[in-house]
Formats: sequence, C-alpha cells, structure tokens
Amino acid sequence: MEGVRPRVRVDSATEAGAVVEVKTLISHPMESGLRRDGDGNLIPRQIINRFTAEYNGEMVIDVTLEPAISTNPYFEFDATVPEPGTFTFTWYDDDGDVYTSTNDQSF
Amino acid sequence: MPGNARRATMAVLLAGTVMVAPALGDESAELVIDGQVFVTRTEAPEHMEYVPEIISGWVFRSAETQAVQMDDFDNPGMLYVDGGLEEWTNVDGTAGESCASCHGDAESMAGVRTQMPHVNEDGELWTMEDYINNCRTERMGAEAWGWESGNMLNMTAMISYQSRGMPMSVQIDGEAAEYWEQGRELYYTRFGQLDLSCANCHEDNYGNMLRADHLSQGQLNGFPVYRLKWAGLGSIHRRLRGCITDTRAETFGRGSDELTALELYVASRGNGLSVEAPSVRN
Repeated sequence: MEGVRPRVRVDSATEAGAVVEVKTLISHPMESGLRRDGDGNLIPRQIINRFTAEYNGEMVIDVTLEPAISTNPYFEFDATVPEPGTFTFTWYDDDGDVYTSTNDQSF
Repeated sequence: MPGNARRATMAVLLAGTVMVAPALGDESAELVIDGQVFVTRTEAPEHMEYVPEIISGWVFRSAETQAVQMDDFDNPGMLYVDGGLEEWTNVDGTAGESCASCHGDAESMAGVRTQMPHVNEDGELWTMEDYINNCRTERMGAEAWGWESGNMLNMTAMISYQSRGMPMSVQIDGEAAEYWEQGRELYYTRFGQLDLSCANCHEDNYGNMLRADHLSQGQLNGFPVYRLKWAGLGSIHRRLRGCITDTRAETFGRGSDELTALELYVASRGNGLSVEAPSVRN
C-alpha cells in the first residue's frame, strides 16, 4: 500500500541492561472489511495484521493485529537493551507489503 | 459579566454531576510543545463586540486529548506533515516541476497559514487549498487535488506546520472587507431546522456543555486538525460543513464562496492565537 509511513521513537540506552521506552506509530487506514461503501458493497479488508520488534535478531515483541484496531496503530512498550545494537521494527500488511524501520543503540 | 455567569454555571454543573468532570481538561493548562509556548488565550481582536477573550479549542479538550497534541510523536497529524514534505519535492505535471522548484525549502512557507484565507491578485478571496491547486494547474500543469484528498491534507498540514507558533493575522480591511462582511453575516445567520447560528454555540455558549461536548469558540488556529472522531485529518471547510449540517440545514460545498467568506470571518476571530496545526481535537 502506498503512502504508509512508520514513525519510531526510542529512548537512548545509557548502559547495558537499561530499560528504554519504545513508541511506534504507522499511518494506515486499517480497513476492517465490515464497512460498506455508498453503493452498499463491502469494502475489502486491509489491515496491518502483524507487528514485530527485534533487537539484534532476537524477538522483543510479536503482535497479532485484528480488524477492531483503529486507524494509525500505535504501540508503546518498554524493552531491555542488553548490548549495543539495532532495533528492527516490522509491520505486515494484508496486501503482502512489509514496512520496516530501525533504531540504533550505542553507548 | 457573562464570563462570570458562565463560570458560575460551570461550577454548579461540576458540583452537581460527577459525570461531567472527565470530559473537561485543565482550563488553565499551558500548551507547550518541545519547549515552545503557544498563545491559547489572549485579548479578543477589536472587531469582536461580545467576546472579551479568545481561547484556542485546545483549552476545551480533555487532558488526554491535550496531551496527544503536546507530543509531536503522539500527534497523528504529524504523519500528514511528513507526507506533505515528501510531496513538496515530488515532480508532477507537464511542466516537470515540484513545489520546491519555485518555492525552495518548505520553510519558505512560514507565515502563510497566519494569513489564510487571503485576497489574491485578482481580488478574489482564496483559501490555502485554492492557492495550492492554482499552483498545480497553472504552474505545474498537474491535476487539481480534491479538497479533502490525502495529498491536499498532507500539503495543507505541512504548509500550516511551517507557521506553527506564529500568531494568526488574517487581513480583514481593504479588499478583504467585503468578504469579511459576508462572512460575518453568515456567522450570525440562523440555519436549519434547529435555527442555530454559529454564534449561538460558539459565542453565547462556549465553555458550556452541549450534551457530551465541551463547546469551544470554534477557532480555526489549529487547522487542519486531527479529529479523533474522524480518525484522520480534516479541512476547515469539512468542519464548517459539519457544524451547519448539525443544525439540520442543507450546507454549502467545500470551496464555495460562502464557506470561504465564513472561513475568513471565523479566522479573524482568532487573530492573535498561535497557529497549532496540525492540532488534535475530539
């Protein structure tokens, strides 16, 4: 899907083992598949169905999203940073598109 | 003083029903974003006879909604600003130009929002959307964008954002006077089966509850605005149409002369308030 923009903000860890706050937001209509258009036809479902955050290849959080989640899904969570490295955030769209964003942690 | 009477009414309401309380934010809160302080209350412009102080709609929202706007990451309107920045340098149309080809950096748009709508060189009152589409069709050889299209909202959000924190200062004299008078006439005209004018709610009753809604002054300084109800950004004319429809009237079209004149008048009632675009409302 075009025009989908992820945004990520992560605190910078100051030492190994620090807990950082992670905020992610992605622009997406999250069309539920239950709505009808002006002619009474069902609008096909198109949502982000999965969101993951990994740190140096290790899974931090793996979320299954359902149609009830509203437009522009937002996630906020804490993560422990064991060593310098990179967060990789991935969003999976119903249409097969995958959107990614990264955040580097060095201290 | 009507203001004192209103506060007294509010106090009674608050004392009388606990259910009202959660809808109200802290009315004395200060809007600060990244250290920048916004003017959310100031003395009303001279032309306003019945309102002593103009107040941003942000003040009337719940603490939670206020907080979303106070953090640029949490503010979903910033997604549209990002989109507008991408579009700014995007070449479109037969002339092979982008916005940036003529205007340079997007920062060159600082101050534009404070003067919209504005009388153009031909003496017509134009909104920001009109200016953008004129650029697209006349200079870029591109197709005009729909008033409420994604591209248009991205662009108006981004251009308005360049003026964030600057005081609204639309021109109401000279060539604009005629349009301003027309807008004022509309503001005080009762519409619809409910027989309501803009003033009935936004001048006579701001600060009071209209069912679950904490009535604001209907200021435009936050537009385009991210409304939680819309789950998206919306234009000034969308909001004006919504209000008029709520009076059970047949409303004016987006971009119509009536709504453009009304936009000018309503904007002039906010002269002095900081531009907050993209703001967050209920």
